[in-house]
Amino acid sequence: MELFPSDSNFNFMRLRHFSLAVAAILMFAALGAMVFKGFNFALDFTGGNETEIQFSKPADVGQMREKLEAAGFKGAQVRAIGSANDVVIRMQVQKGGSRQNGSDVLAVLQTAENPGTLRDYYYVGPQVGKELAENGILAVVFVVIGFLAYVWVRFEFKFAVAAIIATMHDVILVAGWFAFTGHEFDLAVLAGILSVMGYSINDTIVVFDRIRENFRNLHKLSPYEVMNRSVNQTLSRTVITSFVALLTVLALYFFGGESLRGMAESQILGIVIGTLSSIFVASPLLLLMGVTKQDLMPKARDDAELDARP
Amino acid sequence: MLEFPKWKYALIVLVLLASVFYSLPNIFPQEPAVQISVSRGQLEDGLPKRVEALLKANGITPRRIAVEGGDVMVRLNSPDDQLKAADIIRPELGARYTTALNLASTVPSWLSSLGANPMTLGLDLQGGVHFLMEVDQKAALEKRENAYAEEIRALLRDQKFTGYDVTRGTQGIRIALKDESARNKARSSLSVGFPQLAFLDLPAEQGIGLSAAVTPGEQKAIADGAVDQNITTLRNRIDALGVAEPVIQRQGANRIIVQLPGVQDTAEAKDIIGATATLEYRAQIGDMAQAAEAQRNNLIPPEARLYFMRETLPDGQRIPILLSRRVIVSGDQLVDATPGIDPQTGQPMVSIKLNAAGGKRMFNHTLDNVGKSMAVVYVERIPETRMVDGVPVKSVKITEDVINSATIQGVFGKDFQTTGLDPQEADRLSKQLKAGALAAPMDFAQERVIGPSLGAENVQRGVTAVLFSFVFVLIFFVIYYKMFGVITNMALLLNLLLVVAVMSMFGATLTLPGFAGIALTVGMSVDANVLINERIREELRSGNTPLASIAAGYDKASGTIIDANLTALLGGIAMAAFGSGPIRGFGITLIIGILTSMFTAVTVSRAIATLIYGRRRKLTKVSV
Repeated sequence: MELFPSDSNFNFMRLRHFSLAVAAILMFAALGAMVFKGFNFALDFTGGNETEIQFSKPADVGQMREKLEAAGFKGAQVRAIGSANDVVIRMQVQKGGSRQNGSDVLAVLQTAENPGTLRDYYYVGPQVGKELAENGILAVVFVVIGFLAYVWVRFEFKFAVAAIIATMHDVILVAGWFAFTGHEFDLAVLAGILSVMGYSINDTIVVFDRIRENFRNLHKLSPYEVMNRSVNQTLSRTVITSFVALLTVLALYFFGGESLRGMAESQILGIVIGTLSSIFVASPLLLLMGVTKQDLMPKARDDAELDARP
Repeated sequence: MLEFPKWKYALIVLVLLASVFYSLPNIFPQEPAVQISVSRGQLEDGLPKRVEALLKANGITPRRIAVEGGDVMVRLNSPDDQLKAADIIRPELGARYTTALNLASTVPSWLSSLGANPMTLGLDLQGGVHFLMEVDQKAALEKRENAYAEEIRALLRDQKFTGYDVTRGTQGIRIALKDESARNKARSSLSVGFPQLAFLDLPAEQGIGLSAAVTPGEQKAIADGAVDQNITTLRNRIDALGVAEPVIQRQGANRIIVQLPGVQDTAEAKDIIGATATLEYRAQIGDMAQAAEAQRNNLIPPEARLYFMRETLPDGQRIPILLSRRVIVSGDQLVDATPGIDPQTGQPMVSIKLNAAGGKRMFNHTLDNVGKSMAVVYVERIPETRMVDGVPVKSVKITEDVINSATIQGVFGKDFQTTGLDPQEADRLSKQLKAGALAAPMDFAQERVIGPSLGAENVQRGVTAVLFSFVFVLIFFVIYYKMFGVITNMALLLNLLLVVAVMSMFGATLTLPGFAGIALTVGMSVDANVLINERIREELRSGNTPLASIAAGYDKASGTIIDANLTALLGGIAMAAFGSGPIRGFGITLIIGILTSMFTAVTVSRAIATLIYGRRRKLTKVSV
């Protein structure tokens, strides 16, 4: 079975100005959403506490807020998850040092006719939240520098720049989506975004590998033609791999439960965007930067290495 | 052309066998159990029989009761029985034993004796309590600075300085002196007396004097010491709580992770963790025989109180000791306690340093009491919350243990040594002394309680998600690549087996994000096979023979595969290095998955392809 004709010869490069313009507009829109709307950060980053209680009967969410307010828990957010029996209560760290506890919240909310059990209680101090956010940024920076260095060493500087821009484009779009929709941004989503970076660079590198190969083997072709041919040759692989990866994260999204949903959401988006960007952003960028055969020339050593591989 | 060396086949078979063997323990379910361990003395004979009779009398039939690794393990049929059994056993056995809820492994002993153990489940999968404690290192430093300030005062007093003033402020210790010559004299004698402090002249506008600051090296030592002491104290207290497999780990510069699987009552756990400890030096009254006598007859001299030693006789009997009602020196007067070797006798010892006030009291006491004994009492105050008629009542439980008793050999003041210990005892005593006197306050920085039902659900979800991701992928590959799809699928399944085996071997902890990591490695590792299969198709299209196409497909794809995987690996490393909690768990499985998939996707799938197609000389068609 083949989803793609083997002789596909789409002229992707002709679209380069258009596709790069679209990518740039989307990126600025995403950055705008992040700057002007901001993220709906989860407890992990803001600090505070969250209690999940399972009641034996459907519970009245509105009434609970009043009950908590009356018991001295200020500014509690109560929402039902899944069935109406499961309730999540989130609040900021209460002033005055009184340390509220999952069981305290449970004691306030449960009644004789509707008892509940404590399923999950999570407290994060404000300092820890700040550090988790800092570490997250540090991880992203580490990945960017690592990728840049790797692609630079293995390929060439222009390739490295194009790959990083394409990867950052993907990350910014996914993060922008979370800002735009106001979907909760927690540690698992951050992990998802980091894995999107890995995925996106992976996709780009496969295309770049083919570009390098074609530059070396097909002497007569212009860079424009090399790019087009390389993207077309890897098109089937790019789409199949992405489709399979998409299948796995869809399984996570639908069967992994509430706590993995945000992560799966970021990965679904990341895989789709990453696939498109490796075709419509990375290679056109390379062409725009004027990559030529000569850029890859002094790497004769690499050829020897490749030949030596089993 | 399409060949595969024999030794590589042997390697693959070996890896396959090893991964089956090491992932095998994971299929044995864990049983709810109650673990009884001895806290004092030795296990009494016939305890398993006694427990069994006790449970049967209460209508609970245990699955099996046996001594395992020095503890009695009572295996039960259901978690309900487990809770009931623990509630029955705990009051019956008393303080000599610790009773803990546990999940007992059912892995056959021959497997575990060869190092094959199941993966550890994270708290999100088995339920329990997670605390992140933050040690207040600033408070530890302040405490020490106060002690130094007092010692400086004492030294100046001893050396007959007049008109001096020592205060401790935010900028360290400030020593105001009468005139320039006093400053010079003070500087030279203080520098000798306090190598841990850096002395500087005060700026002119602040008058004549010196400022003293704790050197950076000493600051770091104090801060590190504060965390280490707190870990020691926590470990002791949590052992008393009776948790089967607690995790107590240092994280970063000033944090301690405490994980208590199976614990649901955070109030009790927090009380125990938040307990405060102190020390008291007291004079011993009479000798051990008199104490035993006094306990037997219940005749305690009016000036004395009956205490017990922390160590017990082998049968668990507590050793009574009579101590004076008067406290000589208390924990807040202790400055330092370090284990070392007595330079005169070569014997292990603990050097103890008191502050000036404590030293003076110690001097006065020892002046009259050479040849008599003096004991150290370790006092722990544990806040308790008990429900009385539905109303929480707060009280404090105080435990007092005598950790050491020694004879006063001569008159001494603020510096003295406790000798007659073996090296372990010296180490332990110094830790206990510090834990009682110098522990820095801790606060809860993060707290998480996961109910057991949520844990079970999370396991279910994780397994389902991984299962479906596999099923989707396996079906797709068979349809899309036919025979090569089957080969890819075999490689994928072996990869799953390998990931589980590696995680089990290294004792990695499986969390819910870890499941996600496994699912995602499936998605990412197929990339290698897609690359290979697509290359084979391409080679076939360009007119190569089937065998040449297969060989070329593998060869040409391998460089790309390595580049693509190494970059993805970078992402995994970043997550494991910088992430905590879910990110870390995800990153670790991702790293393992990427590494194993490089082996399975390239080497293993090629071996299978060679096995299927390699022998046929006149191969005309490849199913790809």
